[in-house]
Amino acid sequence: MLQQSTSKLISEDQQIQYLLHLADNALILSHRNSQWCGHGPILEQDIALTNIALDQLGQARNLYQYAALLITEKTGIPTTEDQLAYLRDVGEFKNCLIAEIPNGDWGQTVLRNFLMGSYQFFLYQELQQIATGQLKSIADKSIKEITYHVRWSADWVVRLGDGTTESHTRMEQALELLWSYTGEMLEPSDYEQELIGTQSTYIKAAWEAKIAAVLAEAKLDHPKNDWMQSGGKKGIHTEHLGYLLAEMQFLQRAYPGLDW
Amino acid sequence: METTKVIDKEKSIWNILETVCDPEIPVLSIIDLGIIRAVAFNEATNMVELTITPTYTGCPAIDMIGAQIRMALAEAGFHQVKIQQILSPAWTTDWMTESGKQKLLAYGIAPPVASNFNQVYLEDLEIACPNCGATNTKLVSEFGSTACKALFQCKDCLEPFDYFKCH
Repeated sequence: MLQQSTSKLISEDQQIQYLLHLADNALILSHRNSQWCGHGPILEQDIALTNIALDQLGQARNLYQYAALLITEKTGIPTTEDQLAYLRDVGEFKNCLIAEIPNGDWGQTVLRNFLMGSYQFFLYQELQQIATGQLKSIADKSIKEITYHVRWSADWVVRLGDGTTESHTRMEQALELLWSYTGEMLEPSDYEQELIGTQSTYIKAAWEAKIAAVLAEAKLDHPKNDWMQSGGKKGIHTEHLGYLLAEMQFLQRAYPGLDW
Repeated sequence: METTKVIDKEKSIWNILETVCDPEIPVLSIIDLGIIRAVAFNEATNMVELTITPTYTGCPAIDMIGAQIRMALAEAGFHQVKIQQILSPAWTTDWMTESGKQKLLAYGIAPPVASNFNQVYLEDLEIACPNCGATNTKLVSEFGSTACKALFQCKDCLEPFDYFKCH
């Protein structure tokens, strides 16, 4: 567990909540992608996805390091990136639900990466303009990597959507499953308001246009349902996140403070 | 006089850094890669101050590079070293030296061909095979053995090879 005064600061400080939200999105998506390591359909794509997972982990680390620095400055209690990643429980994670649901098949995995990566792309593009200091630096750095991720995942969505009958059906099923989880990314929560509240309409429009274009190219019907899941940003998660954390955080729970 | 001494020290530090190699691509020095952004020697405190930027955010080599820098400088008598890591301006392959690109090619990795990040459409690039020189090559995967590389194959000599992506 984090120290009580640290948890209290996090629950009250919107800037830190925002950083943790961005970091949790990157970490949980990275962890899900890393679960494909050694299981990819072909060697080259196994390596591609693990490389993407590594980029996302690096982005998460930069964000946790920055949040840890701010927490240390504000509380006087030395706080590390590892504590933020490994010592918070389900209710303290602020990632969107779409990041945590299980991988499913390859089609569902690449579609999740496309839907989330496209959102991250337009978000970080805005953050490059409106953020300052270290967050702007992180956005400058991350967007170059995310550009490659989205090209890769969009390419796969088209390949499978416009592929065989089997791959097309699987992509339809994946889209059906994932669609209701997309709305949460585009609706800013209270801690996002100050920084990107005014930009959120633009981000949403840019994301929708990108998704519509790629789905059309992939010959996939654009989903019509507009009822959306939410909760992740506020710490209300699906049952899947608990299992994910149980595995990811095991070492620090069993051997607190263990270092390489 | 003092300024000259500091400049000499800094020159010798740059020369030492030239001997530190990228752990993943050992033919490249960290100078070739362009990840050293500034070198300063503080005479009053005897402190070497380096500014370094990672190639990719998740690059596991960066910690090892830091350790190798400290060892190389310590051997030359510089024991106090401060390494500051910066993310912005973000590293770009435009900072890779010409000699670095030649070394990559000789090592069997096609060096980045475009001069800026906007030209990332890998399918549209004409990448020459490092083995036979033919430009009749095809993209196999946008990600190769590491995130910084893509996988290509030569359609003439059939050699599969890594291409160092523009970034």
